[in-house]
Amino acid sequence: MDIKSMKNYLYWLFCQFELITCSYLMEPWEKVLFYTFNITMLVMLAYTAYIFFPVHISMAFQFSPCPQHSSIAYRVTAQLCSHPH
Amino acid sequence: VDPAPFSVILQLPLFKFLLQIDHIVHNGGLYKRPFNEAFEETPMLVAVLTYVGYGVLTLFGYLRDFMRQWKIEKCQNAIEREEQKDFVPLYQDFENFYTRNLYMRIRDTWNRPICSVPGAKVDVMERVSHDYNWTFTYTGRVIKGVINMGSYNYLGFAQNNGTCQQAAAKVLSQYGAGVCSSRQEMGNLDKHEELEKLVARFLGVESAMAYGMGFATNSMNIPALVGKGCLILSDELNHASLVLGARLSGAAIRIFKHNNMRSLEKLLKDAIVHGQPRTRRPWKKILILVEGIYSMEGSIVRLPEVIALKKKYKSYLYLDEAHSIGALGPTGRGVVEYFGLNPEDVDVMMGTFTKSFGAAGGYIGGKKELIDYLRTHSHSAVYATSLSPPVVEQIITSMKCIMGEDGTTFGRECVQQLAENTRYFRRRLKEMGFIIYGNEDSPVVPLMLYMPAKIGAFGREMLKRNIGVVVVGFPATPIIESRARFCLSAAHTKEMLDTALKEINEVGDLLQLKYSRHRLVPLLDRPFDETTYEETED
Repeated sequence: MDIKSMKNYLYWLFCQFELITCSYLMEPWEKVLFYTFNITMLVMLAYTAYIFFPVHISMAFQFSPCPQHSSIAYRVTAQLCSHPH
Repeated sequence: VDPAPFSVILQLPLFKFLLQIDHIVHNGGLYKRPFNEAFEETPMLVAVLTYVGYGVLTLFGYLRDFMRQWKIEKCQNAIEREEQKDFVPLYQDFENFYTRNLYMRIRDTWNRPICSVPGAKVDVMERVSHDYNWTFTYTGRVIKGVINMGSYNYLGFAQNNGTCQQAAAKVLSQYGAGVCSSRQEMGNLDKHEELEKLVARFLGVESAMAYGMGFATNSMNIPALVGKGCLILSDELNHASLVLGARLSGAAIRIFKHNNMRSLEKLLKDAIVHGQPRTRRPWKKILILVEGIYSMEGSIVRLPEVIALKKKYKSYLYLDEAHSIGALGPTGRGVVEYFGLNPEDVDVMMGTFTKSFGAAGGYIGGKKELIDYLRTHSHSAVYATSLSPPVVEQIITSMKCIMGEDGTTFGRECVQQLAENTRYFRRRLKEMGFIIYGNEDSPVVPLMLYMPAKIGAFGREMLKRNIGVVVVGFPATPIIESRARFCLSAAHTKEMLDTALKEINEVGDLLQLKYSRHRLVPLLDRPFDETTYEETED
């Protein structure tokens, strides 16, 4: 029963998405085009997030104010800036 | 009484608090009853999502136009002929773009053919479209007993049986259906004279004149009353017939904000002080055009203040009571009676017989000199065919019924039933959480939808549940404020209203239409302008 009400709720949410973005009014081929574009964008976003998430987090820790995490980062960037190549 | 000092005092926060205690003493006692009008603000998220929806539809509209241009898709709308392709384009403006790409998608919610009398319940012919609303075919089935929330049938006189119908049938067998002439030539029947005397008595004016078409009453008579060198002050949301009449007259037109008396007073002051634009001569006439009930907003005009301003600045008032005659007031005499004012204060009282009387046509009432002048100078009297005799008899019978002169209290009961229905319906919808515009007492109830897909979805879902509603979008309303407009009737029983409310509740939950955050307290006698801000209800 819980699965059924969950499925109904998800279908209702999908209907709301359709109403808000006006894909309720589109012809089937327009819907295919619209959903393809949306899903492509979402997949690309998810992939980018997946690839860059660890790098961004570690960089954020390196550049933080506390000296333990950041000392290496500042010295590394100082070396990079003083030796341009 | 001069309302100006009060409006200054009303700005102070301390007095705002005092005002809420005793709200009837505002504006020097111009209002004898509370005036509760509210227009809740659009929630920010809803506005943003509406724009998103319109953005997506616009993009797809451009794509479809591109495909139609390059012949990838068959073009089914109107385009110029090959020989006219180098002329000024006819179909490139936004309205045509909107019609081609947005209106066509939801066109099945409008122009639905009905095949019975539009009473409280109506029969709708079912139709389907196989090419996405470009063409329709009838399935042959008739949807019977659809609860009619869209017809302007305020007092329930749209019937095919009863005293009105029998009287009209008798007159039809006596006079026939056609008049075959205009009023000034051979079309002046004794029935018309009888009708005009009755209308004058009903309204409490000296004399009245009846015309064949309500739209033509406005558009053809305003040019007869004002001309070049006159000034027309017209409300922002006036009907197309008033706007057309004002433009045809050739007078200068200035617009004041909807129902905003500060804006109107400012325009009047400027008009009196500065006169005509280049010559600085005084205006020959200043005519204020207002309506009794504005049918898209459900708001009622602030008539006591308008009349006070009119008297102070010595201008004339033209009141269009198309929706309010028969629907407001304890005995159905319209917005003048609703506020307890003197009908002689309104210079030109115009109204229509289409809405509350179940007939067709319009009238103008006023002083005898005015009506005698209009009999000779109005375009409608000279060129338009006069009212058809059975229609005249329908109006006479229904008007006598409302006044109580046919010996029964049926008319009075209808007026009271309508007032009860209005209050009940509005209260229930507000409790459910919908955003409803307009005055508490107006039988026109606009329910805000906002998003374009919900316009079509609402119309279709309600018809599936056997309720016929009218949905309105651009260009009749601002582009994000699309709405569903319910017109209540004295013929609706409480059971019908309860059924309708249950279905509206269901559809509201299904489509997520319950936007109201109960932020705006109903306005209490203060003019609503940009310096008034909302108070929270607690």
